[in-house]
Amino acid sequence: MAAHKCNIIMLAFVLCGLTYVFVRADIEDTNHVKDAESGAVDIAPKTNIGASLQSTKTEDQTQAAEEERQWEAETNPADAPSDNKADHVHDTMQHLASRPAPYAKDQTQEAAEEERQWEATEVKEADHVPDTMQTPDVPPPTPAKDQFQEELVIRPLHSGDIYASFQFRTMWDTDFLRGSKVSHYRLFPKSLGQVISKFSVRELHISFTQGYWRTMQWGQPFLPSPPGAELWVWFQDTVTDVDDAWKELTNVLSGIFCASLNFIDSTNTVQPSASFKPLGLGNVTDQRFLRYAVLPREIVCTENLTPWKKLLPCGSKAGLAVLMKSEKLFHSSFHSQALHFRPVCQDWKCKSTVWELRQTLNVVFDLHTSGQGKREWSLFKMFSRTLTEACPLASSSKVYVDVTDNPQGELFELSPTTPLLSQAVVLGDRRTYSVYDLTNQATFGQTRSLNMLLRWRAAESGDMLRPLLHGERYVAGYGLQTGEIHTLMYNNHPYRAFPVLLLDTVPWYLRLYIHTLTVSSKGRDNKPSYIHYQPSKDRLRPHLLEMLVQLPPNSVTEVTVQFERALLKWTEYTPDPNHGFYVGSSVISALVPSVVAMDTNSTRECPLFSSFFPCKEESSYFMRVYTEPLLVNLPTPDFSMPYNVICLTCTVVAVGYGSLYNLLTRTFQVEEPSPGLAKRLANIIRRLRGVPLL
Amino acid sequence: MGLLSDPNRRRALTKLLTRLNAPICVMCYLAGVAWFMGLAFEPFTLRTYMSENAMGSTMVEERFPAGERALATGREFAAHKKKVGGMPVDWLVKTMQSRGLEVFTQSFTRKLPFPDENKERYMVRGTNVYGILRAPRAPRTEALVLSAPCSEGNNNNQAVGLLLGLAQYFRSQIHWAKDIIFLVNEHDLIGMQAWLEGYHHTNTTGGDWSPLQGRGGSIQAALSLELSSDVITSLDLVLEGLNGQLPNLDLANLFYAFCQKIGVLCTIQGKLQRNDWDTTSGYSHAAQTMMLMVLKQASGRPWGDHGLFLRYHIEAASIRGINSFRQYKTDTTTIGRLLEGMYRKLNNLLERLHQSYFFYLMPSLSRFVSIGYYMPAFGLLAVILLLRALDLWVQLGASPPGTEDGVAGGEQPSSPGVLSILTPVVISHMTGVALYTLPILSQEMAVQHFPVSETEAVVLTAIAIYTAGLALPHNTHRLLQGEGTEEGWRVLKLVALLYLAVLLGCTALINFSLGFILALSLVPIAAFITPHTPKALSAAIMVLLSPGCTLLYCVFLFQELQETPVSLQDGWMLFLSVISQGILDHALYGSLVYPLLALLIYPCWLLLWNILFWK
Repeated sequence: MAAHKCNIIMLAFVLCGLTYVFVRADIEDTNHVKDAESGAVDIAPKTNIGASLQSTKTEDQTQAAEEERQWEAETNPADAPSDNKADHVHDTMQHLASRPAPYAKDQTQEAAEEERQWEATEVKEADHVPDTMQTPDVPPPTPAKDQFQEELVIRPLHSGDIYASFQFRTMWDTDFLRGSKVSHYRLFPKSLGQVISKFSVRELHISFTQGYWRTMQWGQPFLPSPPGAELWVWFQDTVTDVDDAWKELTNVLSGIFCASLNFIDSTNTVQPSASFKPLGLGNVTDQRFLRYAVLPREIVCTENLTPWKKLLPCGSKAGLAVLMKSEKLFHSSFHSQALHFRPVCQDWKCKSTVWELRQTLNVVFDLHTSGQGKREWSLFKMFSRTLTEACPLASSSKVYVDVTDNPQGELFELSPTTPLLSQAVVLGDRRTYSVYDLTNQATFGQTRSLNMLLRWRAAESGDMLRPLLHGERYVAGYGLQTGEIHTLMYNNHPYRAFPVLLLDTVPWYLRLYIHTLTVSSKGRDNKPSYIHYQPSKDRLRPHLLEMLVQLPPNSVTEVTVQFERALLKWTEYTPDPNHGFYVGSSVISALVPSVVAMDTNSTRECPLFSSFFPCKEESSYFMRVYTEPLLVNLPTPDFSMPYNVICLTCTVVAVGYGSLYNLLTRTFQVEEPSPGLAKRLANIIRRLRGVPLL
Repeated sequence: MGLLSDPNRRRALTKLLTRLNAPICVMCYLAGVAWFMGLAFEPFTLRTYMSENAMGSTMVEERFPAGERALATGREFAAHKKKVGGMPVDWLVKTMQSRGLEVFTQSFTRKLPFPDENKERYMVRGTNVYGILRAPRAPRTEALVLSAPCSEGNNNNQAVGLLLGLAQYFRSQIHWAKDIIFLVNEHDLIGMQAWLEGYHHTNTTGGDWSPLQGRGGSIQAALSLELSSDVITSLDLVLEGLNGQLPNLDLANLFYAFCQKIGVLCTIQGKLQRNDWDTTSGYSHAAQTMMLMVLKQASGRPWGDHGLFLRYHIEAASIRGINSFRQYKTDTTTIGRLLEGMYRKLNNLLERLHQSYFFYLMPSLSRFVSIGYYMPAFGLLAVILLLRALDLWVQLGASPPGTEDGVAGGEQPSSPGVLSILTPVVISHMTGVALYTLPILSQEMAVQHFPVSETEAVVLTAIAIYTAGLALPHNTHRLLQGEGTEEGWRVLKLVALLYLAVLLGCTALINFSLGFILALSLVPIAAFITPHTPKALSAAIMVLLSPGCTLLYCVFLFQELQETPVSLQDGWMLFLSVISQGILDHALYGSLVYPLLALLIYPCWLLLWNILFWK
């Protein structure tokens, strides 16, 4: 395995080199050779950090005033814009003093943009406030350029573990589609930008996950991902040869992320017809432009994290990313890093689009292996770092702590406390968060560092609401000839049925007997309303099975299909054939009825008129659940010494058998003396004439 | 090849073989037995060695500290068990949960075909409790199992305590790459069967169990722990599983390596290893150990809770703590460290255990006999059958005048009809089917008419049918038209010989011990039985060497080897219980020894019996 990984790294290096050459050529082409070492956007963050460090002191003073106003601003949105604007203008002035000229303009625009952004989040955050809300009637003066936001959500889990989810959003205001060559990159990583424009990618979703999300213990993740690597890409409809572009793209990405994405080929690529729809703008939903592949075996480690961190404008030098120390991130129960690229609306009128790059990193720290018996978490204990500043390039930088189950602090104690609260509907559940705004210097307090501490009061935390949907998968049977794949889908909703889309990708060497496909729930047949099945072709493409199943309330739906294990050619076995072969996770996508609608004995104060009909966005939400990957043993020849012995033995047996067979089938005849030469000649002539022989 | 194709040389060869047939057969038999006995002689065996690289070279440090706490947990478990009067399910669930495991339960019910008098159970209802330690950053594809049975009385409380202690200790460690399943199974093998069938969603024996909720992917290895005292003197390793299957030898090596490292006395078949191989007592010690393994393997029953894992290609063994009157004692902490070490190494596995042998015999824990060494012993016995068959074939071919090469013998008018051969074959197999089905079917009737219990009824019916089969030759002849000819018995014997050779050959490939023991008793009678031998003497010998009597001898031999000799009376009672256990093993776990004996071996012996009484 080590050798295997090593190979991958070597390959990745080679590909990195190739990418570099390609990037280099591009740079020279546009005469913008700046940073020959990385060939990317590193230069911008560096100068910015310097600038921001110089300006911290002055900012401090101005932000002191802002501190008191913060909660007011929250409750009194009408005042907020002007106050904030003043602050930001002030900030901008500071920045102007210490920054190179091109940035000044950006910053002003950014400030304007940010202000609007704040307003927008305010609408969402303060949705319990009766709608005295007004959208600002002053439209943004100029279209916004690139901007960057970062946030960290910390959710204490009922099991005592803790879930930390980072999200970094870089907006890229460019138009690489119209043939105009993009040569200048500010916040958006150049290495990725060039790849995206070269291959005309419309949407790209890539995730690297180590571990399996335990839905039953941890609830739903913000962004689900399957174990291993997952990649799905929507290409622009201008791409003519999608397969070719896909192949090249996977190889380039493999170099960028130092991962073995180059193992993606036609045998593990599928085109799902319904499960993976574009998440961004656009109306092309023709699956011809979609490619989806999973590598369940991919092992995620530091070497994948480093290139991922490099894509951030601040790198891991400032802002939330300083927390990402790999020795801590990989000392956890679950680690998942992802990157999502998609077109989104630029403003609320949605007249033009910008490209959004969202980098997420989810990690779950385990209580039991953390070394101490105490149920206590702090930023330092999690990451062995504390926060000291926001990324200077970020227009917003916030830390959220989920305090929904802890309204009066009876479950755990959170220090330092923050006056800022925000509410959001996440995955169909109304959650309350304590917000720490890192752009506000007061957050860091006297010690100039933020180290949140969560200390449990009770040894046992209350019961978690059962997740409404979860899936499970296993291989049944024994022996090496056949087997059966069971996929279980649980609908834990007490009275609501809902449909789910199940996507199964099975490698060709498990030959599915599709006639044995059964779908049953509560002991009865459950006929799928839609089935899309693409049979496999040996060594060319995998099985693809997609179906739409209605899950009855409070039930388990079981999908079973039998398969036969193929005998591979001897060169097709992996170096460790007795480990088994992986089958990727199946994907369950669903619109799940919201738990908010289930919430009947709500103690929360809310007007009666607002709560009779469950409103639309709360009545159901989209959810994707991945099942476990499978490890299937195939019939494997013994590749060691006895194999040779068997070959030899078989040869000996064949010789023995051959002689016996020879003996049994031979007919014994009395030998006649051979005719003379003259007679033979005569016979030849007679044969030619067609006369009976002598 | 030339030797066989040349008619003259071939004739010379066959003449030699037919003339010297009897002496060659006797020689082969003696050589086979001698070879087998020689296997236990140390210079002829190989020293065990670790084949799996992933387990061999890596270092593991064992630090399990909490033996005393584990014992306390064990006592607590015992108290709760006593209070509930069975498996304390709720307590176990709570305890495992508090140790940070994902806990699930499985309930099962099982109605035995007839009451098991050894373990006093008929309607079995129970619950398995298992907790899964999820490995950090692992995608639930691989798992290891540690199980401890919840036995009746005061047995195995310490095992459960240690299991829970290990669970707690393992949970605080970060380096697990495979999920670890801690299983407490009720009603030993029945619970284990239910759990395994639930885990793999199969149902081979018609049990009734509730489906499992949590799984950990494909199980790579399993250990079953049996511990009934706070301190022990030695640990015994049990390998023999269902149908004589054995786990990969590397598992035994692993156990042995850690016993050596930690300094725990370890035994196999309850026998310590001795160094004096060159003395007679040293040799006989090794031979006894090996014979015990052969007998256990031949029985085809699982000798510990691990035995059922092997069907699913999961390497498994049982570790049994033994407390005897020896001075040197080992405490629970040390056993915990041993298990920790073994699990750490198993956790390092990249592939399933496959590097080492699956077919072996062990004369001691550090020595093994591989399949290449023991198969010739069986081969020497099996070749006798082929030689006799060849002799008969030549005789059959030579007797009708005119046919030189003996190929056309079957078409001669004097040859017996197909019917005269087929009839005894069919009838003896019908008897076999009766022996297989009737004991269980007719138990109710037997209980109504005779003053016996259900179990006795089944066993006695089996013995009755077995004995009734002896009267078969007289009935067979009534169905045949005319006299049995000289040709007739020869053809029948030829058929019987080849049939037996195939049967024993196949059996020996799957379960060497069973094949060898059967060959040892059946080959002599198969080789030398004719209608012309003195009837009374031959009949006595045949009955004494019949499969049933072989079983009886094996029971006595086993007791003798275990150093617990029994009187004739007790031996007979043991024999009866062994029969009932054999039938139960087949019904409950799918052991194949009973159907093999009843449906194939016994009819084959009946064919030979028929030949003896050929008219």
